[in-house]
Amino acid sequence: MTATTPDQSAAPATSALRCEGLSKSFGDLQAVKNVSFHIERGETYGLLGPNGAGKTTTISMVCGVLARDEGEVLVDGQSMSSGSVDVKSLIGYVPQDLAIYPDLTASENMRFFARLYGLSRNDANSRIDEVLDTIGLSDRAGDLVKTYSGGMKRRLNIGLGMLHRPKLLILDEPTVGVDPQSRNAILENVDQLSGEGMAVLYTTHYMEEAERLCDRVGIIDEGELKAEGTRRELVSLVGEHDRIQIEGAGDLEAGVAAVRDLPAVREASVAGQVISLIVNEARNTLPELLSTITGTGVQVRSIDVAEPDLEAVFLHLTGKALRD
Amino acid sequence: MLRVAVAIAMKDLRQRLRDRSAIILALVVPFALTFIFSQSLSDVTGGEVTFDYAIADLDGGSASQGFIGALRELEQEDVVSLRIATTREQAINLAGEGDVQASFVIPADFSEAVATNEAVMIEVFGNADAPIGTTVAESMAERFLQEVRAVQASIATAAGNLAEPDFDALATRAAEFPNPITVEDVSASRKELDANTFYAAGMAVFFLFFTVQFGVTGLLEERRDGTMRRLLVAPAPRSAILLGKLLTGFVLGVVSTAILAVLSTFLLDADWGSGVGVGILIVAGVIAAVSITALVASFANSVEQAGSALGIIALVFGALGGSFFPVSQAGGFIQQVSLITPHSWFLRGLSELQSGGEVVDIWPSVLALLVFTAVTAAIASRRLGKAVQA
Repeated sequence: MTATTPDQSAAPATSALRCEGLSKSFGDLQAVKNVSFHIERGETYGLLGPNGAGKTTTISMVCGVLARDEGEVLVDGQSMSSGSVDVKSLIGYVPQDLAIYPDLTASENMRFFARLYGLSRNDANSRIDEVLDTIGLSDRAGDLVKTYSGGMKRRLNIGLGMLHRPKLLILDEPTVGVDPQSRNAILENVDQLSGEGMAVLYTTHYMEEAERLCDRVGIIDEGELKAEGTRRELVSLVGEHDRIQIEGAGDLEAGVAAVRDLPAVREASVAGQVISLIVNEARNTLPELLSTITGTGVQVRSIDVAEPDLEAVFLHLTGKALRD
Repeated sequence: MLRVAVAIAMKDLRQRLRDRSAIILALVVPFALTFIFSQSLSDVTGGEVTFDYAIADLDGGSASQGFIGALRELEQEDVVSLRIATTREQAINLAGEGDVQASFVIPADFSEAVATNEAVMIEVFGNADAPIGTTVAESMAERFLQEVRAVQASIATAAGNLAEPDFDALATRAAEFPNPITVEDVSASRKELDANTFYAAGMAVFFLFFTVQFGVTGLLEERRDGTMRRLLVAPAPRSAILLGKLLTGFVLGVVSTAILAVLSTFLLDADWGSGVGVGILIVAGVIAAVSITALVASFANSVEQAGSALGIIALVFGALGGSFFPVSQAGGFIQQVSLITPHSWFLRGLSELQSGGEVVDIWPSVLALLVFTAVTAAIASRRLGKAVQA
């Protein structure tokens, strides 16, 4: 299988999630443009894109929170709309920001959502115990959430999403603003869920998370799904090229402008203090690159040459760095 | 849908109880204010009053005994407490030192003046710190003197027709006239609440408008805190989310008002009237309050904005509706304007019950409260759909 554009993707009729031609505009701004993708049971699908790319808008339409202008959303073969109460019970949702009640305990938070999802008392009790154990909050289950650390709140935020054993779990940038230790715990939780057969839709602008967690990744920018596929398939879009990252000081924009016209340079961008380049044969090109960049007054502090990754793919597809 | 609404209401109630602000606003503050108002302002709002007076009868005649007899009758009704002074100076001192609110001094030739058709007077000395008691004393004396003057006119007429008029007999007859001084308890006929009940009910309905807003403003809080998005993703119809919030306000309103009624009955001796009638009035008042606060909240974009708007509405309605002073005593335009508030109808219904009315007597008040509900709920329902969004 090779990386494909969305319109070419083929999905089985009973995918956990199937989106076809989703579009949404806010006034003159078209936030999502004809986005199509599908997720199979037990698969983790990543929507990778920078802030403002259209990830949350896409998810809002998938969840039925936002009415779509065009397109179709099928969850486990059933059409989703804002009034689709039954279909919503198939989805678990973990919002980017904490969506928990700090004046309640973790158990009370879970019991409330268990009621909303129609779990019986016995089922809720056993499921709450399971989930609390999974997210490592069993010993603090009776404490008010407002006494929790940030990481514990994040874990509870995720636990609430998977409480009712959804067929599709949607996580909207769950690690934003999270310390490295809690981030690791979250990623392990998500890994475990997909291992249990749950379909996962995971949005992020962290390339490392998408590479670590996702079976397939859709790259989204400016409301368009630019490409999707496995990591290998996406990287192959870049071709036999190398990725060079140069950390430096000075006018990096001037440095990038100077090297952009070199024949070996395919893509060039600046993010913070780092110049990202996709080049032909880094080993032969590097001396000329460094000479050109330092010639603009940029002081080079470190150089990293690597195989192309999703960052390089994003750069290749959009002409800009993922964290611009 | 009801399952979801009840789940949301139970969650909200648990949060509100834990937060304690609802308890303070719904129970502690209104009860404390009721206590303070009823203790400090009962004399001016119709509470039972006994006026302490002294009288110095320097005349000792039949006419002066008529006045003292009239005061004694009021004393038996606990309207007046009477002390006897032997001299004019003693009467003046009793009033001046605050031992009594006012003193009457009947001059030595009072009965003779009555009989001989001369000018008559009763001196009244009041304590400066008891203006109401003094005014009442002046009214009593003036009222008696008016009657005496009428008797004098009769004596003059009779004397003109008699060859030898018996002035003593005429004066005695004049003294036997029906008690010229009357203090009527008009509260029953005017259907006014006693002070304790008035302030308990007034504060209850005033703070009701703050209490029930904990329900509907919960919609805005869920939006602010990001939990609304989670609710909307759950299999919860938007109407159930809205119903859950309204239910929260309703339960908080009914429970807090009912507790205030019970507390004020047992601790402040308030008399709310028939339990069934009070229950109906409370329910009708609470749903009117819930609907009005829902309408106001539907125009707000934030919790703070809603809180400010609802605070203003509660204050204006409370003042107009008679939560702080009995608007029914004001009469005229203010009384008419007060009818645009549910507070006025709630208090009016309670007055009916306290004056012995039955449940059927409060239907006009209940109907008015239901009209408030219908009108505001109709408008709010069109707008609140927008509030149930992420």
